[in-house]
Order: sequence, then C-alpha cells, then structure tokens
Amino acid sequence: MPGQDQGQDHLTVTVMRGGSDAPQRPEAFQVPAYDNQTVLDVVSWIQQNTDPTLTYRFACRVGMCGSCAMMVNGVPRWTCRTHVNKVLRDGALEVGPLRNLPVIKDLAADMDPFFDKWVAAEGRHHPTRSRDDDIAPIDPAGDDRQAASAGIECINCSICYSACDTVAGNPDYLGPAALQRAWTLFNDAKDDSRDAILDAVSGKGGCHSCHSMGSCTTYCPNDLDPLSAIAGLKRATVKRAFGGRK
Amino acid sequence: MTEFRLYMAQRLSALVMAPFVLVHIGVMIYAIQGGLTAAEILGRTQGSVFWFAFYGLFVVAVSIHASIGLRTILGEWAGLRGGARDAVSALIGVGLFAMGATAVWAVTA
Repeated sequence: MPGQDQGQDHLTVTVMRGGSDAPQRPEAFQVPAYDNQTVLDVVSWIQQNTDPTLTYRFACRVGMCGSCAMMVNGVPRWTCRTHVNKVLRDGALEVGPLRNLPVIKDLAADMDPFFDKWVAAEGRHHPTRSRDDDIAPIDPAGDDRQAASAGIECINCSICYSACDTVAGNPDYLGPAALQRAWTLFNDAKDDSRDAILDAVSGKGGCHSCHSMGSCTTYCPNDLDPLSAIAGLKRATVKRAFGGRK
Repeated sequence: MTEFRLYMAQRLSALVMAPFVLVHIGVMIYAIQGGLTAAEILGRTQGSVFWFAFYGLFVVAVSIHASIGLRTILGEWAGLRGGARDAVSALIGVGLFAMGATAVWAVTA
C-alpha cells in the first residue's frame, strides 16, 4: 500500500516546509502508525523525534482553542480532533499550512488578516448598559437569542476562512467567521450598534461579496452555519434599505 | 455603501428580467409554430410601443445585471482591482446597452 512502505507500521507523511523567507517545499517523513492517532500527534512526533525545527501551532489538544488548524490532504481541519485513519488518502498524509493566509513558517499560518477582518466587521461588543445598571433579562428561547446562540461556539480556528473560495479570489472579503460574529452581535439584545454592524458588513468585501458556495458550513469543525449567518446579514441590510427596522 | 448599491441593483435587475425572459421565450416558441418570416416579425414589431418598451427595459436590465456580475468576475478571476475594474465593467455595461438599444431600435422603430 503506498505510503506505508515500511510494512504496516509506518506512514509516509508529507509536510509543507518553508515560509515568508523560504519558498514552500514538501518534505517526507516516516512516522510510526498507530490504530489511534490524530494528525496533531503525527506532526508532534515529527517535531519531537525527527526534526525539532518543524514549526506548528497548538494549545489545548481537545478542540477548544482553535490553534491547530492545518490543511490535511488538501482540506482544512482541526488537527487535534482529526484521526489519521479517517483522512488517509491511498495510505498517505499531506499536511500544510492553512490556505488563504500568509505563512509564518512551515505549518504556522499568520492569523493577523483573519483577526483584523473580525474587527473590521464590527465583531466586538457594543454595550447597552454600564456596570452600574442591572443586568438585562434575556429570554433564552427568543428568536433573536436563538439566532445569536447559533454562532457563539465559534473557536476562531479559521477553517471556514481557509475553505472559502471567495476569500481566495477576493482578498478584501471579510470571510465567514467575521461575518458570522457580526450576525451574532446583530441579534444580541445586549449589543447597541446594529446600524454600525450593518454599515461594517455592507462595504467593500462585506457580506454581499459572498457567493453562497457553503464551504464554510461544510468544513466548520463545530458544525456551525456561517452560510446562513451571512444570508441573514444580507436580508437585514436589504430590509434596512427598504426602511425596515429590526 | 457602493457595494451594497451594486448588490441591490443586480438583484432588482434580476427581478425585472425574470418575467421578460419567460415572456420572450414563450412568445418565440408560440410565434414560430406555423413558420414565420423576418418580414412578418418586423410587421408585428415595427411601430409597436409595447415591444419597444418590453425589449428596451429588457436591454437596460441586462446591461446593469451583466456588468455588475462581470465586475465581480473581473475582480476574483482576472485580478483587476479598484478603478480599472470599475472602468472595464462600466464599459461592458455601456457596450451591452449600445448593442441592445441598436437592435431594439432596428426592429421597433
């Protein structure tokens, strides 16, 4: 079986090396194969046993921090929760840095553009009250709260941003995660700047640049639905243009 | 807000075009059933305010809709940015309108 050329007990793992100061090139490693191992385990094994200069990023290892996303056989995935056996293609594994972002080195992508766009989409809290006021009562079953809650489990891993072909073709596009955050805040009764949010997502590279291809929703590791959030923003901007208020 | 205005213009022009496309195709299929010469077609369209307004509006909607769509494609596929992209897509819009208006005038005037 190709990729397992040292019997059944080793995998051939191709890792993309290089970064801002060196052209990217693939490098193959032999890694022990186990029944249960994640892609992050494999990358860590290479760094700890074969090449300590291999650069990658991780923190929690349990799918909460959003640090370890990489391209795995051409698909963006959270590597700490991705079992090698489920993603092997003809017995081989190819790991690279996230698409649509600059590469710092090897498997570590530069997340700056991703978070800059998060801010550009007004993805920050605009309070309705001060610390001296009572806490606003929120109905957890209300429609607005349900729409807001749908997106709050985003872990900022940038997998949707990496999967998005519109981001690939349009560097100004804010991307699914930032727009989903804007939609979450737009529906949050505790947020005071709905107009500012709609202004932020109506400009160059805003929600109207989305072609509804849906890779964000397909690849989100937390099963979130940025595609519907962006559709919600489009509807809200049109409604506002016709004089409708939320 | 320009992007939003273009988005609205493209959606609204699509809304206008939808019935035009259906009527256009429907009439073509119906009208040629018994065979129809160019002279017979021109006999029906020349001097007709209805067909002038119908295809005139159709051409306006197509010019708006197509040039905005091509502007996006020029940006994402051809890598054109800023003023160059706007200028090329505006030129395409004007070109489509000029060609369409010439054709409408030729068959309805």
